[in-house]
Amino acid sequence: MDITWYVVLSALLFAIGAGGVLIRRSPLVILLCLELMLNASNLALVAFSRAQGNEDGQVFALIVMVVAACEVVVGLGLIVAMFRRRLPLNVDEMRDLRG
Amino acid sequence: MEAEPGLTYVAFFAGAIGAVGGAVAVIALRNPFYSVLALVVHLVSLAGLFLLLYAQFVAAAQVVVYAGAVMVLYVFVAAYLGAVEEPIWEPIPGQRFLAPLLAAALFVELAIAILGTGLSALDSSGPTVHLGFGSPAEIGNLLLERFLVVFEAASMLLLVAAVGAIVLAGRQREAER
Amino acid sequence: MSATTYGWLVLAFPLAGCLISAFGWRVLPGRAAGWIGTAAIALAFLSSIGALVALLDKPVQSRELTSSLYSYASAAGLDIKLGILVDPLSVYMILVVSGVSALIHLYSVAYLASDRGYSRYFSYLNFFVFSMLLLVLAGNFVLLIVGWAFVGFASYALISFWYRRHTATRAGMKAFVINVIGDVGLVFAAFFIFRDLGTFDYLSVFHAAPQHFSTNQGVLIAICLLILVGAFAKSAQLPLHTWLPDAMEGPTPVSALIHAATMVTAGVYLIARTHPLFELAPTAADISAFIGLATLIFAATVALAVTDLKRIIAYSTISQIGYMVVGVSIGAYAAGLFHLMTHAFFKALLFMGAGSVISAMAGTQDIDRMGGLRRALPFTSVLMIVGALALAGFPLTSGFFSKDEILVFASNRGGFYWIFTVGGYLAALLTAFYAFRIIFRVFWGEPVPEARELEGGHLAHAEPANPLTGEPEDTDVGFPGPEHHIAERDRPMWLAMATLGVLSIVGGALQIPGLDHVIETFLRGSFLDSRLYESVPSVLADWEGLAVGGAVALAGIAAAYFVYVARPGTSAALARRFRPVHAFLVNKWYFDELYDAVVYRPAIRIGRFSTGVIERVVVDGIVTATVDAVRGIGVVVRGAQSGFVRAYALLLIGGFAGLGLYFLIVSS
Repeated sequence: MDITWYVVLSALLFAIGAGGVLIRRSPLVILLCLELMLNASNLALVAFSRAQGNEDGQVFALIVMVVAACEVVVGLGLIVAMFRRRLPLNVDEMRDLRG
Repeated sequence: MEAEPGLTYVAFFAGAIGAVGGAVAVIALRNPFYSVLALVVHLVSLAGLFLLLYAQFVAAAQVVVYAGAVMVLYVFVAAYLGAVEEPIWEPIPGQRFLAPLLAAALFVELAIAILGTGLSALDSSGPTVHLGFGSPAEIGNLLLERFLVVFEAASMLLLVAAVGAIVLAGRQREAER
Repeated sequence: MSATTYGWLVLAFPLAGCLISAFGWRVLPGRAAGWIGTAAIALAFLSSIGALVALLDKPVQSRELTSSLYSYASAAGLDIKLGILVDPLSVYMILVVSGVSALIHLYSVAYLASDRGYSRYFSYLNFFVFSMLLLVLAGNFVLLIVGWAFVGFASYALISFWYRRHTATRAGMKAFVINVIGDVGLVFAAFFIFRDLGTFDYLSVFHAAPQHFSTNQGVLIAICLLILVGAFAKSAQLPLHTWLPDAMEGPTPVSALIHAATMVTAGVYLIARTHPLFELAPTAADISAFIGLATLIFAATVALAVTDLKRIIAYSTISQIGYMVVGVSIGAYAAGLFHLMTHAFFKALLFMGAGSVISAMAGTQDIDRMGGLRRALPFTSVLMIVGALALAGFPLTSGFFSKDEILVFASNRGGFYWIFTVGGYLAALLTAFYAFRIIFRVFWGEPVPEARELEGGHLAHAEPANPLTGEPEDTDVGFPGPEHHIAERDRPMWLAMATLGVLSIVGGALQIPGLDHVIETFLRGSFLDSRLYESVPSVLADWEGLAVGGAVALAGIAAAYFVYVARPGTSAALARRFRPVHAFLVNKWYFDELYDAVVYRPAIRIGRFSTGVIERVVVDGIVTATVDAVRGIGVVVRGAQSGFVRAYALLLIGGFAGLGLYFLIVSS
């Protein structure tokens, strides 16, 4: 299998994730789409690592996983906090940045 | 170590269909719980693809850490939240139309960039790798020798995240009292 | 000391006087400012005499001396120096200017004694004399223009001296605007001279002109015409003459100095100074002469009809300067400048007398309200008669010798120049007539109440009022002072008038045909390069012309006697019978109305249009539109700050896609 296939697949997954972030309104689902994007980049990293012939890309992918985990922890904590305060779980409701 | 070319194709497409299907399901399903489950499918498919790329340790970590731990967190939160219905009406004009368009444009551009690139390494299935490429031993070697600082930094990050989680959780408890 | 050092002194004294009066006005007691001013000009006169003596020491061919104080600009082909030219012409002019100015300062010491703006007056007057001397002594066109502009300003300041009188301020503005028109012409002329000859210096320009220009070349005619614009604006010739009668709003000594003896002669001086250019462009010189002729006839006719004493004398000035302009345009330089000098004497004398008369009449200037002042003002009347005789050209007065020399020169030139002779004599007849119109109207006939009061030893008094409109005024600063001074009572006025009276009579002795030609000999040093200077008529022709002139003068005086003394009421009858003609003359040939319609009203309309339309709609509109545009853009941009996170994310992805597209295109 040419490495090109894997990278194109990664691009596709990334685009799907980006579209999902833009379309969905629930913060939880947006975080899930974020995970999609991160995983897509992981796939690209691993593919390139195979293409290069050394494992640096794989280590990078591991660290990305670590970062993703941390981000999930904080994000979910936020969502739970929102839920506890009876705030509507809708990204569109949070408009305090309005100019 | 080359597997049979035909099997490689089958494995790749299985993984690819699983990944793309899971991704589409994540963004398409209304119930967030179902989206979480779709993501799990996606992650496992990706792990299979990693295996094809001789990244055994990463594949294992993907299943154990990502699908196993992170997704479990998601499941807990999704269960806690319950079913949250999203409203139909779109307050931002043009979002519904532009978002898929832009995502598609992004994919097309990336694809053109990848397919049009002159990188010769991408045109093959990669150089012949030695036995043990992608094995835990080699990853571990790298982590503790070349990428030690990165490793330690990642640990710090995890610590900070853990503290942050406790703080967030603790504050909630304060508010409840 | 050399002649040029005297030249600088001539400039320094009036300037010093001006500054002392200007800055020390609080501490100078009583009439001190007046005496300081007079002394300054007297010292300038003495320095002029020194310059004359120093100049006469030199041989005739080398009497053009220059001296420069410092180099004002010397870069990029420019070489402008603060330099003066001391030659017979400029020495002649500074003698006349400083001499007559000194006498007028003396007169003013008493005349304006009770005015609250006494020091300011003498400061301005000294500044004026300084400017005039600077104009005359300038050695290059740049300094000439500087002096020209200064003189215009001094004129404005002095016309509007009584600044709370609105007629005075309007007259000052009118004078200034018309003067500026002349300034523009002069500046353009200087520019063209510089463009073609590369220098501003007089001697260099006049030396290079014959080599660079051919006769009657278009550019040269243009230069000369532009110089004429400047000269005619300053000398109040047609069509730029309308400011001079209005300038009578200034104090009478100012009228005497600026608008009779000195400033208005600046144009004549300029034409004489630039004679090499005019001789090279005879077309322009002829145009100048014809305009001079037209002016002199026009002004003489108007002087027959107007009734304000000072304005009659003003129109007389315009007419006489027409003579001088004709003189220097046709090549009679010595004659024209001689007439300049004699005219300064008798015109200043006439104005001084008029000042005395107006004071006696408690501020009235209308001759129809005067009469029989002979017994009340014996000294003034005698001296005014002297002045009028000189103006008319009565035999053996100075005016007799000077005026007709020009006309004889004209007939001697042949060709079509006889027109000037005929026109000149015609106007001389009118001149004699209106000169004695004044005399007989004011001093003969039934004494008016003011005269009777004065005969009784008591100077008439009236409520201060604007002589033109009759509006009441007060006597505080900005208006004339409460006292009136007549020559019979104030020694300085008496002294000044007596000196001028003597000069008006004996001044002619300087240039009696066949006997001596002092002026002509002296001025030759400045006109060595002139083709026309030496073509003087024969002595016989001169005396023939003088005889005709004398006869014309006597005829005019006799006619005036007939109309005003022998048959009083004749003038009123004539005015009734020829009512449209009289109206035409009294309204100064409707020039003011013409300019009002052609220049003033359109300018006001343009101004109103600019304010109403251009300013309000276009300019404000552009500004407001810009503001609105910016605000509109702000509103639009603010729309992007919706607060929706997903919208921001959309923009993010969109930007990313765009950037990717750009790089794809660039790298392909």
